[in-house]
Amino acid sequence: MFANFDYQVILDNVGILWDGMLITFLLTGVALVGGIIFGTVLALMRLSRFKVLSFAAGRYVDAFRSTPLILVIFWFYFAMPIIGLQAIGGLGSVLIAFTLFEAAYYCEIIRAGIQSVTRAQIHAGQALGLTYFQTMQYVILPQAFRNMVPVLLTQAIVLFQDTSLVYVVGLKDFLTAADLVAVRDNRVVELYAAAAVVYFVLCFASSLWVRRLRRQYAI
Amino acid sequence: MAMKYNWDWSIILCRSPEEEPTAAVEPGTLAPDATSAVGGGAGQFFDTGASCAQPYFDWIVSGVSWTIIVACAAWVITFSLGSIIGIARTVDQPVVRAVATAYVEFFRNIPLLLQMFLWFFVVPELLPEDAGRWVKRELPLPEYWTAIVCLGMYHASRTAEQVRAGIESIPRGQTQAGLAMGLTQFQVYRHVLLPVSYRIIIPPLTSDFMGIFKNSSVALTIGVMELTAQSRQIAEYTFNIFEIFTVATLIYMVVTLIVVTVMRFVEAKVRIPGTIAMGAD
Repeated sequence: MFANFDYQVILDNVGILWDGMLITFLLTGVALVGGIIFGTVLALMRLSRFKVLSFAAGRYVDAFRSTPLILVIFWFYFAMPIIGLQAIGGLGSVLIAFTLFEAAYYCEIIRAGIQSVTRAQIHAGQALGLTYFQTMQYVILPQAFRNMVPVLLTQAIVLFQDTSLVYVVGLKDFLTAADLVAVRDNRVVELYAAAAVVYFVLCFASSLWVRRLRRQYAI
Repeated sequence: MAMKYNWDWSIILCRSPEEEPTAAVEPGTLAPDATSAVGGGAGQFFDTGASCAQPYFDWIVSGVSWTIIVACAAWVITFSLGSIIGIARTVDQPVVRAVATAYVEFFRNIPLLLQMFLWFFVVPELLPEDAGRWVKRELPLPEYWTAIVCLGMYHASRTAEQVRAGIESIPRGQTQAGLAMGLTQFQVYRHVLLPVSYRIIIPPLTSDFMGIFKNSSVALTIGVMELTAQSRQIAEYTFNIFEIFTVATLIYMVVTLIVVTVMRFVEAKVRIPGTIAMGAD
């Protein structure tokens, strides 16, 4: 079992694993920021009075939420070069895939957050003579995001785990790096166990932090 | 954006190209001899054996079947194990609660893909020698069994949280009333708490099932030829990636739609008469 567990192979390859972790952080960061920005736009579209906008945003969200992330990654990874965007490269197309995919999930979270702000706030904004965008920017969204912070962060932890799926197109994130070393040095048990410990510690610690945050934000 | 791409639906629609019904296909882009090698007359319109020289349609059918088989089998594990663990998180015994909480935290904080690898490559090594050898050498379709167990146990941690939330949403007075009437703890769960809480959590359980259904695609990393794996394979064989990924995406969307519709019906069917809030969220 663990009798011949070889710690040395992990220590020897910390550099490779760290490079992988940087890619994982990059994917998480870009998809998080891009997803929240685009998700906010989508949420405002979904709640819009204009049927065309809300319909388009609704179908967008439905489409991405009923498709597996791996299939979305394949879509962008294989389709980008064919439509003439070879320059984006593997990492670029995966970043786009993650951002668009996450936006659909963030849209639903943000929509719920906006709807949790009472209607009277919009009316108050309008009564003060604010335009639609001013009402959103200064009145609704700040309150909505405050309510949403724990949920957004929980989704970010899910996203952090999901970035490991770039393995399917061979992008060197943390898990793929661990896998490469595991296969090269024939040390599968050690590397996968180490990767599991790293993911567990990071995700568990963040979820404890989010839980504390949730208690602080609770009214 | 200069797009040079020859749409060719005939690789998927298993028909002779003369009968091609898709208006979007420009004439001349169809592979002329590949699919019409045998006859190709009107009589063979649906004759998949003779007029379809390519196996791709069958690959998709096989992929869809495996996706559904793996997802449903995994769901059985998820539902039973998730219920047990969800209930265990609400009982009075602290040890039971701690074990259930540990299970949930463990399975929730490791990526599914890595869990797939752990089950497939590491667990057989950790088993006693005989059992490990049996898993590695004699178990038929090992990657399918691994995928089912892995998906089932991963999603059980999520379902457990839904079950727990369902039970905790029932006012404490109901438990106390049951106990006051002389019911045992088991009877309180069986007759008071669970019948109501399962009705409440039908919508989140549905989305859990959709999660299993979509996450079954992760099993392609250990060699399960489900829908996403088959569509990637077809994409690599034919380079007709738009057609095949469109078909795969549509299949996923249609199945999602069917499941959601059916569950909405089930939810209405089992609703307790006279309750307003039931199933409202």
